[in-house]
Amino acid sequence: MTAQPLASQPLATQPLGDTSIWLVVLAASLGTFAIRLSFIALFGRLDEVPSGLERALKYVPAAVLTAIVAPRLVYLDGTLALGADNTRLLAGLLAAVVAWRTESMLWTIVVGMVALWTLEWLPLGV
Amino acid sequence: MSSGSDARSAFRSGVRDVLPALPANVPFGVIAGVATVGAGFDPVQAAAFAGMLFAGAAQVAAVELIGERAPLTVVVLTALVVNLRYLMYSASLGAHFRDLSARWKLVVSFFLLDVTYALSVAKFEGPNAPDPTGEGRWYYLGTAVPLWATWVGSSVVGIVFGARVPSSWQLDFAIPLLFMGLLFPALDDAPSYLAGVVAGLLAIVGVGLPFNVGILVAALGGIVAGVLAEGVGAGSEEVREQS
Repeated sequence: MTAQPLASQPLATQPLGDTSIWLVVLAASLGTFAIRLSFIALFGRLDEVPSGLERALKYVPAAVLTAIVAPRLVYLDGTLALGADNTRLLAGLLAAVVAWRTESMLWTIVVGMVALWTLEWLPLGV
Repeated sequence: MSSGSDARSAFRSGVRDVLPALPANVPFGVIAGVATVGAGFDPVQAAAFAGMLFAGAAQVAAVELIGERAPLTVVVLTALVVNLRYLMYSASLGAHFRDLSARWKLVVSFFLLDVTYALSVAKFEGPNAPDPTGEGRWYYLGTAVPLWATWVGSSVVGIVFGARVPSSWQLDFAIPLLFMGLLFPALDDAPSYLAGVVAGLLAIVGVGLPFNVGILVAALGGIVAGVLAEGVGAGSEEVREQS
């Protein structure tokens, strides 16, 4: 891990420089390409995927996606908010039910957004 | 080797098969485009990111971290962890594309995506399977190119209109929603649910971690939990190798 002194300071006003953005674009794109190419290039030399690796990869989507979703629902302006005043949590839970029942991304987004807007407009003393 | 007209008809057949999967990518691309310019990318950088990375979930995860001023190393690593699942697809397709030329291997790898993978493997393992080194590779491109064009096109819509979306619309909330839409199809057995729960809890607890490594740590923790749970389950019952 390289030292990144900038991260420990709140520099929210300073936008990321052009060079840094291009660096991220190139590094992430090249790295992803390498991942996609990996076994397609290796086959012939390697006849099957190591079984331990295969087992671990199976859980990547479930783990990665919930890791991204969960904090976005339970944090409100940087503090943990598990009450009914957290409209994003309520709308998110409703959308989760829709996602679970329909497995449709479009319906999940539509229901979640409409639920959020409705909850915000309702005079619930929020 | 296939003739030109065989290649064209194989390509068209791939296009036909991928058409129903295209609309779902439009809102994803628009939202990703909005999020990317929102994180400080200029339009060219945002379009280049969409076109070169060609992986929506990783792009959104990366630009959100950039918005939070995470160290660049963490941004890139997080994007790569999100894309680790392509190792699986690469392994599965690699068996079919074994005899492809090196140049074609680069091309098919660049376009590797969930939908492209699923359609092509079904085709290559189905009845009247085309030769993956002949017509099959054109079928693969037929499924891949429209997806790429849809992705970049809808991203550009998001990039162009992103700056004009009023913040009162709270369009950033569409991001967890869209990940939810991707998540539930990935939960298909007890270990995968456990992987999700553990990753979710770790991510919530890990929000304050230095260098914004929360998502990274949570994702790895969830994967370990899934593997361990599968190991425990395998002792008492037969593990289903399929799906």
